[in-house]
Amino acid sequence: MMKETTTDILVIGGGAAGLSAAAEASSSGAKVTVVESDLHLGGQLVKQTHKFFGSKDEYAGTRGYKIADILLDEIKQNEKNVDVMTNTTITGYYIEDGMFTAMRGEESYIRIKPKKTIVATGAQERLIPFPNNDIPGVYGAGAVQTLMNVYGVTPGHRVLMIGAGNIGLIVSYQLMQAGVEVAAVVEAMPKVGGYWVHAAKIRRMGVPILLRHSIKEALGDRVIDGAVIMELDDKFAPTGAERKIDCDVICLAVGLTPTTEILSQAGCDMRYVPQLCGFVALRDRTMRTSNPDFWSAGDATGIEEASAAMVEGRIAGLCAARSLGLPVKSDRFDEYWSRLDHLRAGEVGEKIRAGVAKVMRDRWED
Amino acid sequence: MDLIKEHPVLDVGYFKRHARVEFTFDGKHMEGYEGQPIAMALHANGVRVYRETPDMKRTRGFFCAIGKCSSCFMAVDGTPNVRTCVTPLEAGMRVETQRGKGRVAINPPAGE
Repeated sequence: MMKETTTDILVIGGGAAGLSAAAEASSSGAKVTVVESDLHLGGQLVKQTHKFFGSKDEYAGTRGYKIADILLDEIKQNEKNVDVMTNTTITGYYIEDGMFTAMRGEESYIRIKPKKTIVATGAQERLIPFPNNDIPGVYGAGAVQTLMNVYGVTPGHRVLMIGAGNIGLIVSYQLMQAGVEVAAVVEAMPKVGGYWVHAAKIRRMGVPILLRHSIKEALGDRVIDGAVIMELDDKFAPTGAERKIDCDVICLAVGLTPTTEILSQAGCDMRYVPQLCGFVALRDRTMRTSNPDFWSAGDATGIEEASAAMVEGRIAGLCAARSLGLPVKSDRFDEYWSRLDHLRAGEVGEKIRAGVAKVMRDRWED
Repeated sequence: MDLIKEHPVLDVGYFKRHARVEFTFDGKHMEGYEGQPIAMALHANGVRVYRETPDMKRTRGFFCAIGKCSSCFMAVDGTPNVRTCVTPLEAGMRVETQRGKGRVAINPPAGE
């Protein structure tokens, strides 16, 4: 017989958003179960060696991996209310029974029936097509971070980075911290997508950032031993100029897309929003979806920074606890929203604000 | 071993490295840290090819590291299709390159 458990609030994902949601909900007295597919909690935070930007409320100036510790300490204060299952992957949601199925490790299966659910499943990396992109040595940027910053394993000797957004720039710098050479960063767009401060750091260390360039093909028989890169014109067509790069790793930092399968299974109204980088759930200001028992927070609601994910997690945790009739400090709701608005202010927040405007609902039709 | 020995920000003690254990890869003796994902231990030992695809015999290895992409499926202690990037290493594990789809021994429940 498959083991079955119940809980007040199931939090799917133990990263920046999920841990914040769990901390908030458990402090109101809700019994919270956090399910995490990785072997440990912390999500992307545990891989970040740089100091965060944003605002002091979201730990600006603190290195990412230390923020994970702060959140874990906060959860520990209410540990009697929090059950954590790591190495556990939600495999499906059965809407007719309100039942989740999950796999612990590779062989053990369980069922979880929560009263309320917060989906904080984060994101997955995008892949771009080029010949030989399937053979070993072509790695996702998140995977490279896990290998070197969590387990201390060097990913290779010489890396070609694809993408000059914040992730491509930050991971290039992290590779150099780990003693790995970065051959070049290639970027198809005519300008660097990430913050200038990250780009400047790797330029100072002599790494070329090749704008209007892309990868033509990866080279190698059984494993990667090089790449051919090509120059692009202003219509993204190859100019014919090509160059061979010696490398044993090609790191893809070409964007993320929200992980939302569970929200779709739960019947939440979804919409494709380019500014949020994929299909996301419509939501109200409490981060509740069109399914009244489901909330969502973090990158699963649209690709944004970890700072915003943590505030969204707070809002979802607070409001899911409130829906159970638990006493919550309701002035916190307005405070969290002012923090979120602050993080999304100005020119850098323009894209996110446009995306969020497309999915925010004042009320749900019955 | 392809391990980071010093780091300007992270104390080497931060890395998830517990007791050293022995395991085998295709019969070869190797060492890794208990509890780290099998894929990470193999990578530190210089192993890049984790499986071969069923028809085109394309090589596959480490890729997403979050248990989603199927690239690092291997046979572990005789069980195929194990997600080695999220399965913890244990002492004495028998890890093998997976060729093709792998076969699962199916034992029908008694009485059927």
